[in-house]
Amino acid sequence: MPTLNDILILLPEFYLVAAACVLLLLDAFMKPAQRGVLHWLSIAVLLVGIYLVVSGQPDVPVTAFGGMFVRDGVAEILKVFALLTTALVFVYARPYLVDRKLFVGEFYTLAIFAVIGVMLLVSAGNLVMVYLGLELLTLSSYALVALNRDSRLSSEAAIKYFVLGAMASGMLLYGMSMVYGATGTLALAQLHGAAAHTAMPNLLVFGLIFMIVGIGFKLGAAPFHMWIPDVYEGSPTAVTIFIGSAPKLAAFGMAYRLLDTGLGDLSHYWQPVLAVLAVLSLAIGNLVAIVQSNLKRLLAYSTISHMGYLLLGLVNAGPEGYASAMFYAISYALMGTAAFGVILALARAGFECDRIDDLKGLNHRSPWLAFLMLLVMFSLAGVPPLFGFFAKLMVLEAAIHAGMVWLAVVGAIAAIVGLYYYLRVVKVMYFDRPDEGMETRVQPDFALRAVLSVNALVLLALGLGWGPLLNWCRAVFPG
Amino acid sequence: MIDPNLFQLVCFYAFSAVTVLAALSVILLRNSVHAVLALVLTFFSTACVWLLAEAEFLAIALIVVYVGAVMVLFLFVVMMLDIKQEQVREGFIRYLPVGLVVALVMLVEMLALIGVRAMHAVSMGADPAAAAGVSNTAWLGTALYTQYLLPFEVAALILTVGVIAAVALTLRHRTGSRHQSAGQQVGIDPSRRVRVVKMAAVRAEEPEAVQEETRT
Amino acid sequence: MGEQILNQVVWPLLHIVAIVLPLVLAVAMFVYWERKVIGWMHVRMGPNKVGPLGLLQAFADVVKLLLKEVILPTNANRFLYYLAPLLALVPALAAWSVIPFGDRLVLANVNAGLLYLLAMTSLGVYGIILAGWASNSRYALLGAMRSAAQVISYELAMGLCLVCVLVLAGSLNLTDIVHAQAGGKGLFDWFWLPLLPVFVVYFISGVAETNRAPFDVAEGESEIVAGFHVEYSGSAFALFFLAEYANMILVSFLASVLFLGGWLSPFPASWGWLGQGSFLWLLAKAFAFAFLFLWFRASFPRYRYDQIMRLGWKVFIPITIVWVLVAGCMKYFGWVSVGTGV
Repeated sequence: MPTLNDILILLPEFYLVAAACVLLLLDAFMKPAQRGVLHWLSIAVLLVGIYLVVSGQPDVPVTAFGGMFVRDGVAEILKVFALLTTALVFVYARPYLVDRKLFVGEFYTLAIFAVIGVMLLVSAGNLVMVYLGLELLTLSSYALVALNRDSRLSSEAAIKYFVLGAMASGMLLYGMSMVYGATGTLALAQLHGAAAHTAMPNLLVFGLIFMIVGIGFKLGAAPFHMWIPDVYEGSPTAVTIFIGSAPKLAAFGMAYRLLDTGLGDLSHYWQPVLAVLAVLSLAIGNLVAIVQSNLKRLLAYSTISHMGYLLLGLVNAGPEGYASAMFYAISYALMGTAAFGVILALARAGFECDRIDDLKGLNHRSPWLAFLMLLVMFSLAGVPPLFGFFAKLMVLEAAIHAGMVWLAVVGAIAAIVGLYYYLRVVKVMYFDRPDEGMETRVQPDFALRAVLSVNALVLLALGLGWGPLLNWCRAVFPG
Repeated sequence: MIDPNLFQLVCFYAFSAVTVLAALSVILLRNSVHAVLALVLTFFSTACVWLLAEAEFLAIALIVVYVGAVMVLFLFVVMMLDIKQEQVREGFIRYLPVGLVVALVMLVEMLALIGVRAMHAVSMGADPAAAAGVSNTAWLGTALYTQYLLPFEVAALILTVGVIAAVALTLRHRTGSRHQSAGQQVGIDPSRRVRVVKMAAVRAEEPEAVQEETRT
Repeated sequence: MGEQILNQVVWPLLHIVAIVLPLVLAVAMFVYWERKVIGWMHVRMGPNKVGPLGLLQAFADVVKLLLKEVILPTNANRFLYYLAPLLALVPALAAWSVIPFGDRLVLANVNAGLLYLLAMTSLGVYGIILAGWASNSRYALLGAMRSAAQVISYELAMGLCLVCVLVLAGSLNLTDIVHAQAGGKGLFDWFWLPLLPVFVVYFISGVAETNRAPFDVAEGESEIVAGFHVEYSGSAFALFFLAEYANMILVSFLASVLFLGGWLSPFPASWGWLGQGSFLWLLAKAFAFAFLFLWFRASFPRYRYDQIMRLGWKVFIPITIVWVLVAGCMKYFGWVSVGTGV
């Protein structure tokens, strides 16, 4: 039976569930004109969630509900940044949603439920919890993508996302059932020991491969990346920004829980597989991104390549690698949020600002926003002294330390290729003349502009002083 | 002599054969309503196989949930759709060889990896419910509400999200639609609807028109 | 070997016949009784020509139906058209196998009896849907759709009612559920008292599940002529008829077993032979419920479709969900004394 202690360990999650339900009820009984209150309330809910996560953090990892739930440092960091980026998403998304008559309470409740899914997923201590957390996250995401139901593009994206996502979940479940069949346990901690002396090692490896397929899909790593460009392009940008942030942290958390906590003993099996995924993602992501003319699609392919870098860290299969991969996931979540934030700041009713050409001459029209975009693009490309550079440096280092120098070389080459298309965006902003009749109206929402500025400047600040965050990431992975 | 074990084995193969055949018909039948019915049969015979394995709760839950509710709605939708058969079949023959090859390779790999190993492996432990001397259903309930309480509640959360998503994606507030308010109808005060008027009896000789005194 | 075949094959078959035959007879007499009762309520005579007091009217109808031709409409789906009446009838009969007629007087005393009942009653809707679709008729399809939506909606409320019962009884076995209602106080020990709202909801949902007036939109003679079975004639129609009435009797028996103590006597056990449980008590209770079906039909106008949905989703399901909680509290805090069986 659960004790009060179990509930205290899950306090942030329980609190968020209760808050989401309250928001849902408030939305049902509120007049549409009062939704602004709901917006600020949702952000407050997330910030209080961060407080609860940090303040109740135990010194040593603890488990609850009979090992179903683990509250350790990894989970803490991932939860803090998942909640933080979602709060950023809420701030950025509001003007866009209002312009498109999508400003409904469901956006907030579904996003909060998705974050709850992220939190449960990164704290999972059992295969069942991994699956359920993932389903909570993805089911909310499907609905969010389809939220603009009058748009054909959105509906198409939602269907593709749903069908491929369901297949990936099926693969994951299939893998889990094989692993269960081979070891006779669902608990990740017991799996670790049981995996070494199973009577059916082949079955176990088969299950592992199926699980990697599921992880690859959720990360959006090639060759399981097919959904990413369509979903990024088809979703309302306010939803794309969400899908590009917290779920990436969750995907890292899932990979860590499954591959290290659960099947860490099989690392010599999964390391090469992940290396292949990493190379494919880096190649496909960067090469295909070059020919994109749609900004959202470009960022989608850039995501795929970034997941390749994240995998470079995971391939290390040691504390250093996990720390660098988590560092990378955090940096990507912050950069992606900022990049889509700029698009959201420029979009207005009837104008998505989703083509690269839409940014032509942005410097003449809105120098500050162009500068912010410049920072984000340089950071994504990995130009020193920005945050993205050090994140890349860490994962490349981790790959070299794992003895995979060739992989690090591939990563470095990919970074140079990537530089081209990021710089193209910068070139369009600074050196192209705006087309006739192109006018820029930055969203007048003060909160958006202020927070976006802070977000982009933080990329610079973390680039200059990345030590504390990296040390925090390193501290949670015991050697 | 009817050997119970033999009888069970025969039943198992019979139900399994029906399951496989029905599952095949789901993808091979031309009529989509027939295909849905074949799927119903697949579920039903799967439930029978589970019953043989003495998992009666799971078996009946499968029938109640999938056959009794989900598939009924599915059938409903398929009947409404009126799908043109020819369009659906397009590409089937073209992709058939690729699909078959993939399926065959997968099947062979699985059999080679799992089947052969499983024959040498030790079988799963004894049924814990039977060992504890309680019914399967009670055992499942106990497990769900103690050991698996958290996953169980998270599953409830997922269903909640499903409901929210369904409402968010389908509810449209139409302007000008007329609907009655049951609350108002029930809460009406009868004294404001009917006025009963007492009046003296009127003689037949006096030709006064009797007026309608009740108003509704 | 002979003995084994006798035990495993012959006896169960005889038991099944011993249930189904009286059931079919009961349906015939129920139809007669329905026409009589509604006749009286309308200040008419009802059937009175065939046999003494018209008692043989139902049998005459059966003979008539069996002799009539079964007509297959143009472009109807032959296989499903003939399969549908069977699909409607088989679950209606199969459900009877777990009904306890008395202590140890039950065909299959299975542990998950309540679940089994739920499964069987949920299968009956296939007969109706397929009949509607296979008939190739607009009216039939409309009736089938209405019926499917209605049955699924009320199945939820019904299922939650059963949850309340099983929470109090602590068992899914119907015999155990009756035993749980035994005690020294006669009818005040039965579950209708602690579960009063659920009891009412259950019976009304049962009426809706069987598509009977005032929830008979699936047939709706005045709207869609006869709904899903408009194209059926002769013996195929008779099967639908049989299934519907068998289901009504089943719901009556179930309401008696679940809420009114099954075969238990309404009087305290200390009252001598009056306090003894008997099959006759069960019969009397079921008869009272069956009579209610007829009374409803004679009294109430048909609900409109949206009203039915509103009643099911917005009234019954919330009530039952709340009462599941209440029943849980009753059990947990011991507010209700539950008999452990005699």
